[in-house]
Order: sequence, then structure tokens, then C-alpha cells
Amino acid sequence: MTAGNRAASEAGRDRAPGAVNNPRRIEARLLAGAVVLTALAGTLLGWSVAPDLPPAAIITGVALAVIAIVAHVTVRYAAPDADPALLPLAFLLNGLGLVFVRRVDLAAGSDLAAAQMVWTAVTVGAMCVALLFVSSVRPLARYQYTFGLLTIVLLVLPVVPGISAGVINGAQLWIDLFGMRFQPGEIAKLTGVLFLAGYLARNRDVLSVATQRIGPLLVPAARHLAPVFVASIGAMVIMAQLRDLGSALLFFGTFIAMLYVATGRLAYPALGGVLFAVACYLAYTFFAHVRVRVNIWIDPWTDVQGSAYQLAQSLFALGTGGLTGTGLGLGRPQDVPFSATDAIFVVIGEELGLLGATAVLVAFLLLVARGLRIAQTARDEFSTLLALGLTVTFAFQTFVIVGGLTRLVPLTGITLPFVSYGGSSLLANYLIIGVLLRISDESRGAARGREPRASSPPARKRAVAREEAAAKRRARNTQQVTSDGDRQDDWTDGP
Amino acid sequence: MNRSIGRVGAALLVLFGALFVNLNVITLIQADDLATHPANRRLIVQEYGIARGPIVVGDEAIASSTPTDGELRYLRTYASGPRYAHLTGYYSVVLQRSGLEAAFNEALTGRPTEVVAQNLGELLGSANRPGNAVQLTIDARIQEAAQSALGDREGAVVVVDPRSGAVLASYANPTYDPNPLSSHDRAEIRDAWDTLRDRDDRPLVDRATREIYPPGSTFKLIVAAAALEAGITPDALFPDEVVYDVPQTTANIGNFSGGACRGDDEISLEDAFAVSCNTVFARLGVELGDADLVRQAERFGFNRSMPYELGVSDSVIPRDLDVPQTAQSAIGQRDVRATPMHLALIAAAVANGGELHRPHVVANVRNPEGELVMGPQEGLWTGAGGDGRPVSARTAEQLRQMMLAAVTSGTGQAARIDGVEVGGKTGTAQTGTTPVAWFAGFAGNEVAIAVMLPDGGADATGGGLAAPIAREVLQVAVDREQQR
Repeated sequence: MTAGNRAASEAGRDRAPGAVNNPRRIEARLLAGAVVLTALAGTLLGWSVAPDLPPAAIITGVALAVIAIVAHVTVRYAAPDADPALLPLAFLLNGLGLVFVRRVDLAAGSDLAAAQMVWTAVTVGAMCVALLFVSSVRPLARYQYTFGLLTIVLLVLPVVPGISAGVINGAQLWIDLFGMRFQPGEIAKLTGVLFLAGYLARNRDVLSVATQRIGPLLVPAARHLAPVFVASIGAMVIMAQLRDLGSALLFFGTFIAMLYVATGRLAYPALGGVLFAVACYLAYTFFAHVRVRVNIWIDPWTDVQGSAYQLAQSLFALGTGGLTGTGLGLGRPQDVPFSATDAIFVVIGEELGLLGATAVLVAFLLLVARGLRIAQTARDEFSTLLALGLTVTFAFQTFVIVGGLTRLVPLTGITLPFVSYGGSSLLANYLIIGVLLRISDESRGAARGREPRASSPPARKRAVAREEAAAKRRARNTQQVTSDGDRQDDWTDGP
Repeated sequence: MNRSIGRVGAALLVLFGALFVNLNVITLIQADDLATHPANRRLIVQEYGIARGPIVVGDEAIASSTPTDGELRYLRTYASGPRYAHLTGYYSVVLQRSGLEAAFNEALTGRPTEVVAQNLGELLGSANRPGNAVQLTIDARIQEAAQSALGDREGAVVVVDPRSGAVLASYANPTYDPNPLSSHDRAEIRDAWDTLRDRDDRPLVDRATREIYPPGSTFKLIVAAAALEAGITPDALFPDEVVYDVPQTTANIGNFSGGACRGDDEISLEDAFAVSCNTVFARLGVELGDADLVRQAERFGFNRSMPYELGVSDSVIPRDLDVPQTAQSAIGQRDVRATPMHLALIAAAVANGGELHRPHVVANVRNPEGELVMGPQEGLWTGAGGDGRPVSARTAEQLRQMMLAAVTSGTGQAARIDGVEVGGKTGTAQTGTTPVAWFAGFAGNEVAIAVMLPDGGADATGGGLAAPIAREVLQVAVDREQQR
């Protein structure tokens, strides 16, 4: 952490005089806090098992510190004005996840913590590479249909023979590639939001103008809405077919929220609510597995040893934890099914109690708040919708799994972002953080009066190439191109 | 767009608010119910992580916890399981606990039951502290004698120390093995339980304490006591009839033999008691009246709940009997019912000069360091209208003499032991299809006994079936006393 501080203060010297609120310095301190907290929790967990300090606790702390420094330095270089809270919050949740995955290992005799550590390094690395190579999110809007197609492909991959990993725990969501298991649906959330943001930003004007009347509701012409509805409903049907109800729900919620923000028309959430109610009714009527889920939700206590086992065990864990928890390492995660993945929140709840669980939820809430703030301050509509969509996805995902485990809503299997074990989930969530970092860097940099610039060598090279191409065009057409101002709308032209 | 983003934020805040509220409800309000839910394994794992204290008879642990390699760290095993099953009960992950395992759970775990569910106790370092030892008043030799004397026959034998109320033996047949029920294998437990539950002879029922039977002629003890307390002397004479013409009914009462009791015109109370003369006692009951009869019975503990560490059924006699009912009740028929445990205590009260003790089977509870945690729950059986003295010392002595005579020269001769003062009263109740054979008595003032066989065959009598069993058990008890 001293290294981090020094880096931060050096960065401070680079800045204008009096830059006390240098976001990178704040980030460094917060990151140090997250890493220290993880190391302490890891040590405490080690002590609960053996009196000697186990090397795993130290390795976890040191490794996470190294990864944090790499991430921080990359951000300092590639996105110097980015929001300072994003990375520390992600690391706090990720670190806590590492500790509790190891906790489950100790109880269940599994060996997931080391893999999760490797996944953390790899996915943070992926985020850094993305930050280095994508200097601005706006060009991504050009590939909206590519992203839309990619989303469908990613969703369908798990049923493709040859790479499909088959039905696992009642759902077909995984593929096996190069001897490793992936959940492409996690990435599909990101690409799906990219598609929607691009499409909605481009068509928000026509979508805001109501020309058709359905009952009391004024809605835009069907032809403008058709593509989003087809794509979104298609994605949802696929997910429902794959029995990934949690993902279907959060995709739908994200879609409605983005549609609402893009148009500002409350008719969409209202219509969405009606559609959702109809979908729920149909699903309950026609799908036996949905019926089972709902019945468990209504009454988990008649079949505690059978269908309601997971929900009952989750509630037992939380109830046993009470206000202060049993203490780190003193609970019984081995009683809870999927304790390292979907149900990791109740393991935290059992051992750290209501206080610990609340702290985790507050961390999520802060992350969501930052995401919404970034959406509000983004420089263009695409960035706004992108930041909003990703944030809402993130928030819904947290709500669906935590609400499911606490019997607020029917339980569906889905990961808790950053905390659950799983590489695909970590990758998707760190890429979301990367996109939010990039968007906030662009807007805050512009607000600070920073010249819009490519911030990484490859990007700079590309920018120079673009500049030269533009100059050639200018020379050819003798036509004046609008300068890079506050808003630039020519990006909506497709490739 | 900023305003709509703000609204989306507000909606998300509502969702997270719901999560917070719900989480608080679960972890604060529902916490206790969830933590102690039967399907929550945590409680069982914690409980079975405690080295439960032994239940001890003499120097031998009849229930003890042995370490295992499994998740449940201690297995409860029962040496001589069936012999003590109705006392120890079982200790089961599926069926919870019964018997002393249930009644003395806190003592055996060494901590209050509620604390097991809490975490504070663990933090304070009591996690590995073994539980307390529960020492019983049972004498292994007498208990074994009771088991072997009953053999395969259905019935119960209860032996108490008249001086203290300490239970020296309490055995009922059929019995069961608590070991499979206390296994850590759920399937094994369920199989064993289903088999036991479906058996027609109901081995899970403790006939010594949990079932009430018509006492038959042993109830004449109560009638005689009421008569003596009313001033009638043992040598008072009554007509010796073949049939007692019960007033207000045509259902008259005859004797067991079918003839008169002695063959003379008159018979003394003492002789009538010794030969168990129905006509005399039915008449005596009617002359005393139902109020006196019921009052005397209640002073002996009928219609009152018995203070005992284990559950006991109440012995009953209906109040406000009409004359025919009174006559029937006076010879222990009709709706009068008693437990073998209760009759042993009544016999003990006669043997010790008229004091009705509360029974107890636990001698003491000691912690792992050997320090006394709890002594015996001794004392007179008082409360609910009883003062622990159902009869005067004089009446008790007169009753004692009458019981001695019944063994020396009456229906209880099969219980006689040379050189030992044995007294008793036989009974053969005929309310059901087969008679219930009884013997309630004592040897000296050191042991009192009740033997009950509900299904000894059509020809079974108290004197013929129950008295020899009483003799066999009393012999062992007397030998034990003499060895002291």
C-alpha cells in the first residue's frame, strides 16, 4: 500500500496545484483499505481453523495487493479521471468473495479458492487490457447489431453440441472450452446492454414520440419498437428455455429501465409491468419447474428435506447467524447447497451476521449509486444508456439472488457479482467496471477541461491514424468536420 | 434523461430497501425459530458435539457417549439396552429424546438446552466440556431379577425403598433396544422405529408407569385403610356370605371361589383381607360410603399426578359413585385404575408406618470433576389435597399385619420367603377378556414391590402368577440388604 500511496502522490504532483481531491489518490487509499480488509479477514479465517497463521491467508492478501496495484496503475495511466470508488468497491467485494470461497473450501473439502484467485488476476488483467485499448466507448455504438447477434450466439452456445457442458443443476448454461468451463450468458449481459444502448440511443427520438394508441397508453409506431422487442423477448425465451429464469428476469428489467430512460415515457415501465405479469402467469401455468419454484417460495416448510431444501438451508444459515453472526469460520456452509456460488451471500450472513450482510449490500448499493451517477454525467446518450444498463443489470442481479435467498422473491440460480465463485461472472463484472471507468473518465476529464485524447499508446496510434484519414478526407472534400465538442453525434452512423 | 435516471435509482433503492427490511426480519425476528428448526442440522451437530454425560447404575454406565469419526462426534450407546430402555429412553437425531435422556437433557449435556442454540457458550470455551453423570437409584441385581422373573410374559415389576421412595427397579415387558434408535444412520433409525411402532405388543409403552390397569383386590388395601381409619378394628366381624346382595341392583357380587370365604357364619376383617373376600369388602365399601372410599384413595394418591422424574399416568377412581358402583369399586373393579408404580408406593407406605413418599429414580447428578450438582428429589408425596400421610401409624401397622397374614396364610403364600417378614396383597381384576394379575407387598421395611401381569391367561390369578414373581425379586432384594 505504501507503493500505492507513493504512486498516488506522484500522480498528485503531475496534476495541477492543489489537486487534493485527485481521484487516483482517493482510489489508492480506498483500494489499500479493501486489500487490508481482505487480508485481515483471510487471517481471521486462517486462525479459526489452525492456531498457526496459514500461508494461504498471506498469499491471498499479497496476491490481491499486487493485482490491485496493477489495476490502479493501469487506471492511472489509461483513465486518470475515472471515478475513484468503482475499483475499490469491486476489490472489496472480490476480496470478500475470495475469503468466503476459501471458507467454503475448508468446510466442503473443495479447492476453489486458488482457481478464484487465478480468475481474479486474469479478469482484472482483461479489464486493464480493455481500458488500454478502448479509449472511448462511443465507437462501440457502431457495432450495435454485432453485439445484438453476439448476445444471441452467446446465449445459444451452451446448447451447441461439442462444446455444451450439458445440463448442470437443472440448467444448461455452461460450455467446455480448452478444458475449462465458461458461462457465456454472463458475457451476454454485457453485449446485450451494448446492443440496447446503441439501438435506443439512435432511435430514442422516434421512440419518444407516441403515434399509436393502445387503450389508454400512447405508444410509438410498432416498426421502431419491433427490433428491441424481438431481440429482448428472443433473449428471454432462450434463457427461459435454458431454465435460467434469474437471467431472463434481470434482462427484462434492464431492458425496461433502459427503454424508460431513453424515452422518458412512463408508458414503457407500465407496459413492461403488464407484460411481466402476463409472462409470470403463463410461465406459472405452462412450466412445471416455475410452478415448483413459486410453490417453494410461498411455503418452504412442507418439503424442507426435498424441493425446498436449498431455500430452507439458506434461511437456517441466516437465522443462525442472527445479528452478529457465528464468527468467521464458525458457521456451517456445508449445509447450504451451492454455498460457493449462488448461495455465498447466506454464508456471509451466517458467519458475519446481519451486520456483515448489510455491509455487503451497502457496498453493492454504493457501486450502483456510482454507476447511476456516471450515467447521469456521461457525455452522450449512448454512454448514458450504456452506464445505466450495466448498472441496472448489476443491481438487478444482486437483488434477484439476495432476494431469492431471503425468500423475498422466488429463488433462481444466479451469481452474486464479484463475490460468487466463477470466472465468467468475474470477467463480465470486471468488464462492466472497466466500461464504467472509461465512461466516467471521459466525462470527468472533459469537465476538468482535459483535451479529449487517446489515452493509451495503441489507441493513440489509432487516433493518429484516424486523424490522418480525416485530414485526407477533409483535403478531398474541403468539408469542415465538427470539432470534438461536448456532444458528437456522427458516431451513430454505422460502419 | 437525468430525471428518469433518478427515478430508476429511486426504484432500485426501493428494491434494496426491501432486501434490508427482509434481512432484518429473518436475522432478528425469525432468527430463533430458524436456528432451532428441527431440520436445521446446526443444532444437532452442536448437540452431538458434546460428550454427553453417562447414566449410571451402580458402577456401570448404562448409557454412554462414545467418540466417532463422523460429523456427529458422539454416539450414544446403551449397555443392557432393553433392560433399562423404559428408564433411559433413547437419544435420536430423528426422534429427538425420550425417558431420562429427555428429562435430564440439561444435566447430561452439562448446560441449559437453550444455550446449545446460542453461540456465546462456544466463545466462552465450554464447547468441549463433557456433560454431567446421572446416577440412578436402580439396583442392577434387582432390575436384572425383575427382567428374568418376568421372562417373556407381558407385565411390569416396580421395586421401591419404602424409607425414601427410591426406585430400586422398574422394568416392563415387552421392552425395546434403544441402540438402533440412537444410531446416526437415519434409515436405520426409521426402520427400527417403524418396526417397534407397528408391533401389536407395543414395546415402546412402559407398563410400569405409562399405563393404568384395574387393580382388582389389591384395592382392598384402600378399603381396609378407610375402614381402619373409621375405627373398625381388624377383628371386627362381618357376615361370610356366598353372595353379597348389592342394594339398588340385581348384579350381585360373589366370591372368587364361588362359595363363602371361610364357611363359618362370620369372618373377621383381617381374615377377609387375607383370603381376599369380595362379599365382605363390597359390603364394607357400601357401608363406608363412596365419599370415604374416594377420600381415602385420593389420600393414597389416586386422582393426583405423581411427582416423578419420568412421566407417570394418574391412577383414577371416579367420584360420586352410586351404591352398586361403590360396591364394584371396593373390590377394585369397574372404573378404578392404577399404575404398578403407584401400587408399589402404596405398599411402601404401609411398610414404613404410613408415609407416602414421592418416587425418584435419580440419586444424584455429578459434574465431570465429581462434584454434586443435584441430589435426589426426595420427600413425601404432598400437594393436591395429599399431606403424604394417607393413614395413621396405627392404621399402617394394622394394615401391615393384615398383609403379613395374607402371605403367611392367605392368597399370597407363594410370595413367602423363609426368615423374612414378607407381606402383600394379591389381586385378580376381571374387567377385560383376560384377568390382570397383581401382587403388591413388601419385605421388612427395606423393599416394597408391585408386580402386574395384564395377560397371564384365562386362569391367571394374582396369587398364582404374580406372587411367585414377587418372591423371586424380593429374594434378590433381601439378599442385597443383608450383604450391606
